[in-house]
Amino acid sequence: MAQSPFILQEHQFQRLKIVIARLCVECASRVVFLVDRDGQTIAFHGDIGDMDTMSFSSLAAGNVAATSSMAKLIGEDVFPAVVHEGERESIFISVIGRSLLVVVFDERSTLGLVKLRTKKASFEVASILDEAVRDSAAFSANNNSIFAEITDEDIDSLFG
Amino acid sequence: MTFINYASREINCKIVYYGPGLCGKTTNLQYIYDSTAPQAKGKLISLATETDRTLFFDFMPLELGTVRGFKTRFHLYTVPGQVYYDASRKLILKGVDGVVFVADSQDERMDANIESLYNLEENLQTQGYELSQLPYVLQLNKRDLPNVTPIEELSSELVRKGEPVFEAVATDGTGVFDTLKAVAKQVLTELRKS
Repeated sequence: MAQSPFILQEHQFQRLKIVIARLCVECASRVVFLVDRDGQTIAFHGDIGDMDTMSFSSLAAGNVAATSSMAKLIGEDVFPAVVHEGERESIFISVIGRSLLVVVFDERSTLGLVKLRTKKASFEVASILDEAVRDSAAFSANNNSIFAEITDEDIDSLFG
Repeated sequence: MTFINYASREINCKIVYYGPGLCGKTTNLQYIYDSTAPQAKGKLISLATETDRTLFFDFMPLELGTVRGFKTRFHLYTVPGQVYYDASRKLILKGVDGVVFVADSQDERMDANIESLYNLEENLQTQGYELSQLPYVLQLNKRDLPNVTPIEELSSELVRKGEPVFEAVATDGTGVFDTLKAVAKQVLTELRKS
C-alpha cells in the first residue's frame, strides 16, 4: 500500500516559510529550499531567477539518496550534509529526517556561516515537520471530505 | 508519498515507470513531454549515459489541472532498466504512489520482462510496499514490431493482480496517455480512500 499522505497545513507552512526566510537572510544566501526526500518542494525563499525549482528539488533528493547509499556502502549510517562548491555558486544540503534544507549561496557568504546558521534552523524545521507528520493522520480524518468527494468525472476531466 | 499542501492547495504524487532495459520507459516520458502544453509541464530531466541510456532517472513534473480546488501535479520518474543499476532503482522507488511496468513485447525480451518484474516486486518490498496494494498498470509496449509475443501469452506471464493492461507503441504515442491516465486515476482513488 502507498504511504499515507503527508499533509502540510497552512499555519505549519507559514511557520516554515518564516524559518526559511530568516535562514536565507542570516546566511546571506541566494535561495533556500526545503525539499522532501522524495524530491518534492515543500517551500523556498530567495532569488530563484528562472531556475526550474521542481527539477532542482528532484535532483537534490536524488543526490542525497545516492550519497546516503554510498555512505552505507562504506559503513557510515548517513552523510548528514552534502556540499557542492562551484566557482561562483555553491550548494549546501542538510539532511533533516525525511527532508532536506538546501542552501544556494555565492561569494557573499561562506560555507562556515551557512553550516552554522543551517544547523540552528534545522532544529526548528524538524520540529515543525514532526508536528505536521503527527497531525497528518488526524487532519486527514477530520478533513477528508474534500478528497472523499472526488468523483470519477473529476479525474476524467483532468485528461480532457 | 503523496504530499498535500493546504497553503498552496496542491497535491503532489510520484509515479515511477519501471521495466527492463530499452523497453521504452524514457520514450513514454518523452512522448508525454512533447505532447503536453508548456504551461502544464516542467523540464524533462534525463540523467543518462553518453549513449543515452538512463543512468539514474528521468524526471518530469506534469500538472494535470485542479480537483476540488487542489492543483494536481504528478512527478513522473523512470528507472534505469539495466540489471546492474539496481541500487538506483531502489532509491527511485522511495515514496512512490503508483507504478507503470513497461514490458517489451518482443519475443526475445520475455525473460528480461519477467526478471524485471520480479526485481520490481523485490525492490518494492525492501521499501515496505506490496505490489498488490499499490496503484499499478501494465503496459505492453512495442506492439508495432514484427516479432511480438501474443497479448494472451504476455498477460499470462506478467499480469499480477488484474491490473489494467494497455497495448502501446510509445514511439508514436499509442497507449501512452491511456497508461498514464489509468495509473493517475488509481493514485487519486487511493487518496479518496485515505
